[in-house]
Amino acid sequence: MRLRLSDLAWRNLVHDRVRLGVTLTGIVFAVVLIVVQLGLFLGFTTATSGVIDHSGADLWITATRVPYIEQGVPFSERKLSTVLSTPGVASATKYIVRFTQCQRPDGRQESVQVVGFDPDRPLGGPWNVTEGNPADLKAADNIFIDEIYKAKLGVTHIGQIVEIRGHRARIVGFTTGIRSFTVSPYVFTSFKNAQDYTTVPENQTIFILVKAAPGVSITDLRQRLLSELRDVDVRTNAEFSRMTQIYWMFTTGAGIAVLLAALLGLVVGVVVVAQTIYATTMDHLREYGTLKAMGATNGYLYRVIIQQAVISAVIGYGLAMVVSHFVVAGSQRGGAAILLPTPVAVGMLGLTMAMCVGAAMVSINTVTRLDPAMVFKG
Amino acid sequence: MRRAIEVRDLTKIYAQGEAAMRALDEVDLDVHRGELMLLMGPSGSGKTTLLSIMGCILQATSGSVRIHGQEIVGLPQKALPKLRLDHIGFIFQGFNLFPTLTAAQNVGLALDLKGITGGAGRTRAADLLEQVGLGGKLHAYPADLSGGQKQRIAIARALAGDPSIVLADEPTAALDSTSGHTVMALMQELAHQRDRAVVIVTHDNRMLGYADRIVHIEDGRIHQETNGTEVVTNQPALQGAYV
Repeated sequence: MRLRLSDLAWRNLVHDRVRLGVTLTGIVFAVVLIVVQLGLFLGFTTATSGVIDHSGADLWITATRVPYIEQGVPFSERKLSTVLSTPGVASATKYIVRFTQCQRPDGRQESVQVVGFDPDRPLGGPWNVTEGNPADLKAADNIFIDEIYKAKLGVTHIGQIVEIRGHRARIVGFTTGIRSFTVSPYVFTSFKNAQDYTTVPENQTIFILVKAAPGVSITDLRQRLLSELRDVDVRTNAEFSRMTQIYWMFTTGAGIAVLLAALLGLVVGVVVVAQTIYATTMDHLREYGTLKAMGATNGYLYRVIIQQAVISAVIGYGLAMVVSHFVVAGSQRGGAAILLPTPVAVGMLGLTMAMCVGAAMVSINTVTRLDPAMVFKG
Repeated sequence: MRRAIEVRDLTKIYAQGEAAMRALDEVDLDVHRGELMLLMGPSGSGKTTLLSIMGCILQATSGSVRIHGQEIVGLPQKALPKLRLDHIGFIFQGFNLFPTLTAAQNVGLALDLKGITGGAGRTRAADLLEQVGLGGKLHAYPADLSGGQKQRIAIARALAGDPSIVLADEPTAALDSTSGHTVMALMQELAHQRDRAVVIVTHDNRMLGYADRIVHIEDGRIHQETNGTEVVTNQPALQGAYV
């Protein structure tokens, strides 16, 4: 029988179940919209730099002023010997990432991104391999693709043949979850094949990937390489990854659009929750006035209203996470992954709370100005 | 009798300039513990304004109001809730109960404001409802109760903070005759048996017999003060004055 403030808040909420339903629907809609948009943003961002992030390299050597990975410009592969002779370098390899055309078995053309690496070195190869052996890429004409793009490239199993820029390419393996932001599937192959599949001249490379020897400072090694090499830039893996992400997500405006949609979700959530909590407060205005007349401070009434908001937030968040779970799981089968890492899920709880409590401010303002003398007016 | 409320030269003016309206005009009044006083008068006479100022809800324009000797005119707005909580219980015409709470929880809410929670709060709420004859309705919701029962919950709630002053605004206006008399008997008991100062604004002539004193207000001034017994003795002639 003891009444706690949360009881009052809860009872105020459930008193009108239709309104509570509208509130929760609004919160769920807003949270799912935000989760989807933020998840898409994270998924896109991860996709833009996936090849860099999984390369295993510490440093990327590029032609000067290359702003992101897809914009690589060929330079002389003779620089590789200079790199390999630089103290502190454990391993270095030539690397190609370049758009080209692929002809499916049925003759249709598709754009792909060829990733050419040295299968004898542990840098820049495919990851998340589900079928096949990456060592098979040492043989001529062999390629790996991601299973997400099987349908796009018109293949179903290992051994099928496609044509890349007029050259035969045999599928010898599949990966999973290696998405391309540009919708052109990555095709992993040997560096030699990649030169045939693209227009990179034989004595040139697009990048050189560098692995530092254990214990060597990446910053110091970068400086050493910069002093040894001419007409190139040397980027750390993280730096080049960030440059690529920023280019695709912000310079192109793609990320801004996604973030704006997330912001829209937040606005929708605030408006819906504010409207319903305000309506609930207005319903109980006389009772709040009575509490004030009885000696309740504004702080006491704020706590009731804020607890209503927090209860709505927790329930709405819980429901939204269930819906989001299915949306995220469903997206894994598509070309655009929606990511919901645990820190984002936890952060969404905070954001939902902030959204609902922020929305309650309109009601709090009303209660603050409430004149307790109103209780005597009829 | 000990004075609970002392009102001197009390003036309340609403708005300013040409629109100014003098709701109370140099009112002098004492309310004593153990006394049930009726404030009567036509609509707009100033009785609710007087009740609101004595209840520390509305601030006076000038004059003096002392609650148990403490001057409240000129006190900062922030200080008033504590005064109300410590000294005053309110009863309203429309009951003003939380429809989402049971009878016991409505009373418990007032106890919560006083910091009486847990087992002590439970016992006290049950005790208060028992005192107003609703010991069997602890878990009933206002919607399931009659007007008279609702008003008795409101009385129990008003008493939750053990106030020395009870102010009521038309407590019987929404009640039938039987319920009205039950409520007034309770109010009289509060004054006489429990030594509270009870002030009731009412238009209800049926309740005159419960009053120790009747104060008639007109145009913001005290027009007439009558002994309750005198009114009852001289019915119906005097009663006509309060219609």
